[in-house]
Amino acid sequence: MARPYVGAALIAMHPAPSLIVFTTLSGAGFGLMIWLGLAPMDGEIWVAAVFSLIALGLASGGLLASLAHLGRPERAWKALSQWRSSWLSREGILAILTVGLFSLYAGLWVASGRPAPIVGGLASAAAFATVVSTAMIYASLKSIPRWHSPWTPAVFVTSALAGGALLSGQVLAALFLTAGLALIQVAAWRWGDGAFARAGSSRSTATGLAGRGEVRQLEPPHTGSNYLLREMVHVVGRRHSRRLRVIALVLVAGLPLTFGLLFTVGHGLGALLVVSHLTGVVILRWLFFAEAEHVVGLYYGAR
Amino acid sequence: MTSLPERTEKSLGLVIDLDTCVGCHACVVSCKEWNSAAYGAPLGDLDPYGAAPEGAFLNRVHTYEVDPGHQAPRVVHFPRSCLHCADAPCVTVCPTGASWKRAEDGIVLVNEDDCMGCGLCAWACPYGARELDPIENVMKKCTLCVDRIDNPHLPEEDRVPACVRACPAGARHFGDLSDPSSAVSQLSEARGGVALMPEQGTAPVNRYLPPRPKSDQIDVLGPLLTQLEEEPGGFFGWLDRTLERL
Amino acid sequence: MSYAKQHSVQTAPRISDDVRKTTCYMCACRCGIDVHLKNGAVAHIEGNRSHPKNRGVLCAKGSAGVMQHFSPARLRAPLKRVGPRGSGEFEEISWDEALETARSWLAPLRETAPERLAFFTGRDQSQSLTSWWAQQFGTPNYAAHGGFCSVNMAAGGIYTLGGAFWEFGAPDWERTELFLLFGTAEDHDSNPIKMGLGRLKARGAKVIAINPIRTGYNAVADEWVGITPGTDGLFILALVHELLRAGRVDLDYLCRWTNAPVLLDADGLFARDGDGKELVRDRESGAVVPFDTPGIKPALHGTVDGLTPVFEGLAQRYLAPEHSPDAVAEPCGVPAETIRRIAAELAQAAFEKSFEVKTPWTDFRGERHESFPGRPVAMHAMRGISAHSNGFQTTRALHVLQLLLGTVEAPGGFRFKPPYPKPVSAHPKPHAKVTPGKPLDGPHLGYPRGPEDLLLREDGSAARIDKAYSWDAPLAAHGMMHMVISNAHAGDPYPIDTLFLYMANMAWNSSMGTARVIEMLTDTDADGSYKIPRIIYADAYSSEMVAFADLVFPDTTYLERHDCISLLDRPISEPDLAADAIRWPVVEPDRNVRGFQSALLDLGARLGLPGMTAEDGSPLYSDYADYITRHLRRADVGPLAGFRGDGTADGRGAPNPDQIERYKANGGFWTAEVPADGLYFKQANASYQAWAAEMGFYVSDAPEPYLFQLYAEPLRKFQRAAEGLGHNQPPDHLRARVRETMDPLPVWYPPFEETAIDLDAYPLHAITQRPAAMYHAWGSQNAWLRQIHGENPLYIPTQLWTDLGFERGDWAWVISPHGRIKVPAAPMGALNGKTVWTWNAIGKRSGAWALDPEAPEARRGFLLNHIIHELLPAKGDGHRWANSDPVTGQAAWYDLRVRIERAERAGPQSLPDTGHQQSPVPSAPSRHTFGERSE
Ligand SMILES: Nc1nc2c(c(=O)[nH]1)N[C@H]1C(S)=C(S)[C@@H](COP(=O)(O)OP(=O)(O)OC[C@H]3O[C@@H](n4cnc5c(=O)[nH]c(N)nc54)[C@H](O)[C@@H]3O)O[C@H]1N2
Ligand SMILES: Nc1nc2c(c(=O)[nH]1)N[C@H]1C(S)=C(S)[C@@H](COP(=O)(O)OP(=O)(O)OC[C@H]3O[C@@H](n4cnc5c(=O)[nH]c(N)nc54)[C@H](O)[C@@H]3O)O[C@H]1N2
Ligand code: SF4
Ligand code: SF4
Ligand code: SF4
Ligand code: SF4
Ligand code: SF4
Ligand SMILES: [Mo]
Repeated sequence: MARPYVGAALIAMHPAPSLIVFTTLSGAGFGLMIWLGLAPMDGEIWVAAVFSLIALGLASGGLLASLAHLGRPERAWKALSQWRSSWLSREGILAILTVGLFSLYAGLWVASGRPAPIVGGLASAAAFATVVSTAMIYASLKSIPRWHSPWTPAVFVTSALAGGALLSGQVLAALFLTAGLALIQVAAWRWGDGAFARAGSSRSTATGLAGRGEVRQLEPPHTGSNYLLREMVHVVGRRHSRRLRVIALVLVAGLPLTFGLLFTVGHGLGALLVVSHLTGVVILRWLFFAEAEHVVGLYYGAR
Repeated sequence: MTSLPERTEKSLGLVIDLDTCVGCHACVVSCKEWNSAAYGAPLGDLDPYGAAPEGAFLNRVHTYEVDPGHQAPRVVHFPRSCLHCADAPCVTVCPTGASWKRAEDGIVLVNEDDCMGCGLCAWACPYGARELDPIENVMKKCTLCVDRIDNPHLPEEDRVPACVRACPAGARHFGDLSDPSSAVSQLSEARGGVALMPEQGTAPVNRYLPPRPKSDQIDVLGPLLTQLEEEPGGFFGWLDRTLERL
Repeated sequence: MSYAKQHSVQTAPRISDDVRKTTCYMCACRCGIDVHLKNGAVAHIEGNRSHPKNRGVLCAKGSAGVMQHFSPARLRAPLKRVGPRGSGEFEEISWDEALETARSWLAPLRETAPERLAFFTGRDQSQSLTSWWAQQFGTPNYAAHGGFCSVNMAAGGIYTLGGAFWEFGAPDWERTELFLLFGTAEDHDSNPIKMGLGRLKARGAKVIAINPIRTGYNAVADEWVGITPGTDGLFILALVHELLRAGRVDLDYLCRWTNAPVLLDADGLFARDGDGKELVRDRESGAVVPFDTPGIKPALHGTVDGLTPVFEGLAQRYLAPEHSPDAVAEPCGVPAETIRRIAAELAQAAFEKSFEVKTPWTDFRGERHESFPGRPVAMHAMRGISAHSNGFQTTRALHVLQLLLGTVEAPGGFRFKPPYPKPVSAHPKPHAKVTPGKPLDGPHLGYPRGPEDLLLREDGSAARIDKAYSWDAPLAAHGMMHMVISNAHAGDPYPIDTLFLYMANMAWNSSMGTARVIEMLTDTDADGSYKIPRIIYADAYSSEMVAFADLVFPDTTYLERHDCISLLDRPISEPDLAADAIRWPVVEPDRNVRGFQSALLDLGARLGLPGMTAEDGSPLYSDYADYITRHLRRADVGPLAGFRGDGTADGRGAPNPDQIERYKANGGFWTAEVPADGLYFKQANASYQAWAAEMGFYVSDAPEPYLFQLYAEPLRKFQRAAEGLGHNQPPDHLRARVRETMDPLPVWYPPFEETAIDLDAYPLHAITQRPAAMYHAWGSQNAWLRQIHGENPLYIPTQLWTDLGFERGDWAWVISPHGRIKVPAAPMGALNGKTVWTWNAIGKRSGAWALDPEAPEARRGFLLNHIIHELLPAKGDGHRWANSDPVTGQAAWYDLRVRIERAERAGPQSLPDTGHQQSPVPSAPSRHTFGERSE
C-alpha cells in the first residue's frame, strides 16, 4: 500500500546518500584543516603535503557530493549570492574561502617547509566557521524541531574536530573529542527526542482544527507519491533507528576510545580507528536525517 | 534578494472556508492546469501512465476525520497550498536568491532561472507548500496566480487565481488581508479565520475558516411538534376545522 | 512606487491566441467551457461564465480535460479483432471496411429478425438520435444506461410529480431555508449542486445529509444522519407520520395541486367523468365534480357513495403506529428523537419561514392568485435512494413528503427545469412491435399506464431481450442494460445475433459480476462459436470493453466532434430557463476516428434506413452536424430549439442552415427564459403551460396541466392484476411480489437480497460512492486524475476494524453470497456502523487504458462489482429473481450484503485477477509535461 495507510512508524526526512556523504566527508575534511592549521604536524614535508591533500580531498569531495543533491547543479555558483540571509550561501562562500586559505597555507608550507601560523590560524578559523554554517543550515530550520537547536552545531563541530583530530593523529585530543562527541550526541538525542512535542506543532495546529477532537487522516490528497513524501515523509521503523544509535556510538567513540586507551596508536591502527569513526559518523548522519521529523508529516497523518 | 521586505504594501492571500469545501479537487486540478500553461516551467509528471505516477502539484486537498470522542467524527476536507507568509523562512534560506517575496503585495515566488533545485526552501516551509518539479528540477510553488491577477489579457472578472475561479462551492476567497476593510478580512474576522501552525512563527497571510459547529454536535433543543391526538375528533376533526378556515 | 532589486515577473502572459466555447464531456453534467487554443492546439480549459449550468466554475474532471484530450489511450482507427475475445489483439482497418462489415452483419437481421440486434448505448447524450435509429432499424432492443443508473429516481418522479430529481429539477438555492440531501455523493448535476451548497452555506441555511457515509457534500452538511442502507423509506414515512400527527401539512396545497381530494372507488381506481377527468367532492355543495372545476372546495375525507378521497387512506396509513419514529429507529439506525426533531424542523421551515413572491398569476382552473406562496424546504436525492430494490417506492415516499409540505414547485422548494414537469400522459407508452424490414411501431421507452402497456409476446414472455416492461419490471422506463449480456448469453427470452454497444464499459464497471460477465462474453457453443455471436462497440478509448468486441468504431474526443444536448433528450435547463447546447470540433482529430453519431448515420444510410436515406439511396445527412441542423421530429421541432427559422425563432421554427454557427457565436448554448408569471407551480400555471406548449415541449402541442400524484393509479392497475383482476395478469410466482411492491401509496419493504440470505453470515452493507475527481472507468487514463485516485481501499467502520483486529496496511477479504474479493482496507469513523464502502470504478484490468500492467489501478484498485450478482440467490420455488427493483428494473447495486475477514498480507494484489489484455494503442510515455514555458 502506498503512504496513505502507514502505521506507527517514524515519519522523517529522507536520508539522501548525497547529503550523508557530503556532511560526513566535508566535516572530516574541514576538521582536519582545523587541526592542520592550528597544530601542524612535524616531520617530513611530504607528510604535510599528503595530509593537506587529504583534507582538501575530503572537503571538496563532500562539496561535490552535495552538488549531486541539486536539481540544477550548473547553477550552484548562484548560491554564493545570499550570504546576508542564507546559511547555505554562507557555507558555500566560507567553504571556498577555507579551501582557498588552506591551499595557500598548505602551499606555503610545502614550498617553504614551514607552516605559516597566521595563515594557518585563518584557515582553521574559516574551516571552523564552515562547519558551523553547515550545521546552521539545519539548525535554522524551525520546521524540523529536532534540528532546530544548539545541539546541532555542537554535534557537527565536535564531530568535525574529533574526525580531524583522529585523522591528524592528535590521539589524546581525539580521545577526548570522541568521548565528548558521544556525550554530546547522547544529550542531543535526549533533547531531540522530545523536541517535536515541545515545538507545539500537532495535527490540530497544522490544520487549524484545534479543540475539535482528534484529527486523523482519512484520505491522502493523492494516492500517488510526490516530492514532499519522498523528501520529508520518509518512513523508518522506530526500533531500527534505536539499534543504529548504539552501533553508531560504538563505532564513533567506543572503538576509538577502547583501542586508543589500551594500545599505542600507530598508523595502521590509526587508520582503522579513522574508518571506524567515520563509519560511525555516516550512521549518525543517516540517523540525523532519518530521525528528523518535519512538521509537514503532520498533514500526512504523522504523530 | 532573499532578505524579506521590511513590510509589504498589501498582503494578498487566500481565505479557505473549511465549512464549505466539499473536497472536490477542482482547485487542485485547475491550479495544475493553469500552471502548466502560464508562469515558469510547466508542472511535470513522472511515470504519468505507469506504476508510480508522481507529479508536481501546487495545491493538494487532504481529507481528515475529526473525532471528538463522544460523538460521530466529522470529515473535513483541507486544501493546502502556500500561505504567503510574512516571515517566510523559505525565502531567507534560499542561497541563490531565487526565492523572494514581492514588496508590493507579499506574494512569495521563485525565480526559476536562478533556482539550483537544492530543496532547502521546501525543507524550511512547515506547510509542504513547495515541490521540486520532477522534470524541470526547479522549485515550484503557488504563485497566487501572479500571472492572472494583474493580467490585462484577461477580462477584469477573471483576474483572480485559477483555483478561486474554478472552485464550484465558492469555498476559496482571494484578496488583501492587510486591509481590514477588504471582503476577505471581513469574512475572516466574522468567521474566526485561523492561521496554520502559528507556533512556527511564519506569520501566514492565508486564513482558514473553521467548520461551524454542526447541529448533531451541539445540544440544541430542537423544535417539537404538538400532536393532534389531544384535539377533539383527532386528526380528521382537526382536518375539518382547518379546511373550514381555508 | 518602484521596488528596486526585485526580480521581474511576467505577470501578463498570453496563454492563448483563440478561445472556443463548447460543452464539457468529462461527465454528464455538461457545463460550458472556454477552450483556449495556442498555435491551433488545445492549451487550457476553463468554465464559461455565462453558461447556465456552471456559471464559470469547473470541476476537477473538467479542468483535467486537456489530459483526456491528449490521452495515450485514444483509439486511432477502426479495429477488427484478430485474437480471441478479451485478448486485445486487433488489426486497424479502414472506416469503409468497418462500416461495410457492420452493414453486412445487420442488413440480413433487419430483413428477417430485427430483434436479433440489441443496441444499447450507455451514458449516451444523443439518445434522441440513437433511439430513433434503433426504431428505424426495427429492433425493440434498445435502451441507454438509465436502468442500471437511476431509473427509480426518474420513474418515481415522473409517476408522482411529472419530473424527477436526477438532473430534471433543482432546489431553490437562493431561498430555501432547510435542505435535505438523501443518498447523494456527486450527482449528475455535479457543479450545480456544489454551487448550490456553497450558496446555502454562505446564506447560513441548514443542510441535513441523510447518508451512511459522511464525505463530500455530506461532510459539509450541518447535520449528518448516518442511516443504515435501504431504510430511507422507513425514515421518510416516519417524518410523514410525525407531520400528519401534528397536522403540519399544507392542506391548501394538497387540495389545489395534488390528487389528495380525488375520489377512489372501491377498486382503488379514480372516479372519473365522461371525459376521463378525475372527480372530487365539493365540501360546500357536496357535489362530485371534475378536479379542475373553478372555485370548488374539495373534501379530503369521508366516504360517500363508496367514493373516498385519496387523502383519507393516505392519512390512515401513515398515522398507524408502525410508521412512528419509535418503530423505525432501530432498523434505520437513527434515534427516534432525531426523527421527531427533523420533522419539527421541516414544519418550522416550511410554515414559519414561509414568504410570498408577489407576482400575480393564473392557474389552470382560471383562478387568479396575487402571489406565489413560498415553502423554503428543499430536498434532493440520488442513487443512495434509487439503487436499492425498494428505491422506486422510497422515491415516491420522498415526493409525498415534499407534497405534504407544499414545497414542490413552490418558491424556496424544489423546482423543475423545462421541459419538465410533464405528466405521465404527456410521455409516450413503450413499443416493441417488430415487423421485419420495417421500423418499430413507436418509441421503445415510455411510461406504461397499466398492464395493457406491458411488452409481452403471445406466450407471455418478454418482448425485449432485457425483459423490460415484462412482469419482472413493469415500469422499466429506461430499459435494463445490466441484464442484456446475461440474457443474451442464456438466450432468454430469445437468442440474439449482434450486440451493438456504445459508450458503456459493460465488460467491466457497469456490469454486475464482472468476472462472470467476461466469461459470458467469451463463452462458446460446442462448435466453438461465441454464444453472443457478434459484438460491435463504439468507444473513444482503450477500455476493457474494447478488448471484448469483434469490431470497434473509434470515436473522437469530446473536443473533436459535433454533439447536441437536446431538449428532446436530457435537458441542461435551469428552473428559470430552458436551455440546450452543442459541442463542436474546436480542434480536428489527428487520427482516423469519427464522431460516433456521424458513423451511425452513415451506417443507417448504408442499411437504407428510412429517414436516413434519400430516395436515390444516398445518405440524407452528410454527418451529425447536418442532421442536427436539418432533422425534424415534428413540424418545426428539431434537435436544437434555439435560433430556428430565420435565426430569431425559439423552440419551434424551420431548420436554419446557420443554426450551429449561431450557437457557436452564442457561447455554444441557447437559453429562453420562463415568463415571470410562469416561474412557479409550472404544472398548474397557465402562463407556463402556454409558453411550454408554444416552445414545443409537448407532443400534443397543447398545454398539459395536471395534479401531482400522491396516489399513483397506474400502480394500482398492476396491483389489481396481481389480485386476479383483468385479463393481463402476472405469472403466479410474481403475484405476491407485484401486489406488495406496486402499491399505489408509498410502502417500504426490505431490500430483496436481505430477505434471500442468512443475515448473520452477511451482516454488513457494502456500497460505493463516486469520487468527485474521477468519472467511472474513463478517468483513469487521465494523468492528473489518476494521481488523485489511483487505488481504492475498502473503508471499514472503526469499531469493526478494531474488533476484527485490523491494522493499518492490512488487506481484507470481502465475501458476499456471490463471491469473494481481496482488497486493501482502511478504517473510518464517520460511517454507519453496519456499512463498508469504497470509491467506484477505480480498479482496472491489466493492459487497459494504455496504463502500465503494474499500474496501481490494476494491482491495488478493485471493483465491488465482482461480488454483486444480477440475480438474487435462488428462491424456494427455483426462480431466481433479478437483483433489481421489482417495479422499474433498476439495478440494486446497493442492496449488496457482505462479511469481511482479515486477509493474509503476502503478495498484496487485489483479487480476482481478470487477466491481461493487450493494448490496441501504443504504450504511454514515461515522462510528461503538458504545456510549454510561457515567455
Ligand atoms: N459497483 C458499482 N457499479 C456501478 C455503479 C455503482 O454505483 N457501483 N454505478 C453504475 C452506474 S449509475 C453507471 S452510469 C455505470 C457507468 O459505467 P459505464 O457506463 O461503463 O461508464 P464509464 O466507465 O464511464 O464509460 C463507459 C465507456 O465510455 C467510453 N467513452 C468515454 N468517452 C467517450 C466518448 O466520447 N465516445 C465514446 N464512444 N465512448 C466514450 C469510455 O472509454 C468507457 O469505455 O456504472 C454502474 N456501475
Ligand atoms: N465525479 C463524478 N460524478 C459523477 C459520476 C462519477 O463517476 N464521478 N457518475 C455520474 C453518474 S453515472 C451518476 S448515476 C451520478 C450518481 O450520483 P450519486 O447518486 O450522487 O452517486 P453515488 O456515488 O452512487 O452516490 C450514492 C450515495 O448514496 C449513499 N447511499 C448508499 N446507500 C444509501 C441508502 O440506503 N440511503 C442513503 N440515504 N444513502 C445511501 C452513498 O453513501 C453515496 O453517498 O453521478 C454522476 N456524477
Ligand atoms: S507557506 Fe511555505 S512556501 Fe509559502 S511562504 Fe510560507 S513558508 Fe514559504
Ligand atoms: S530550491 Fe531553488 S528556490 Fe529553493 S532554496 Fe534552493 S535555490 Fe532557492
Ligand atoms: S493561487 Fe494559483 S497557484 Fe496558488 S493554489 Fe491557487 S491556482 Fe494554484
Ligand atoms: S475547489 Fe473548492 S470545494 Fe473543491 S476542494 Fe477546492 S476549495 Fe474545496
Ligand atoms: S461537472 Fe465537471 S466534468 Fe462534468 S461537465 Fe461540468 S465541468 Fe465537465
Ligand atoms: Mo449513472
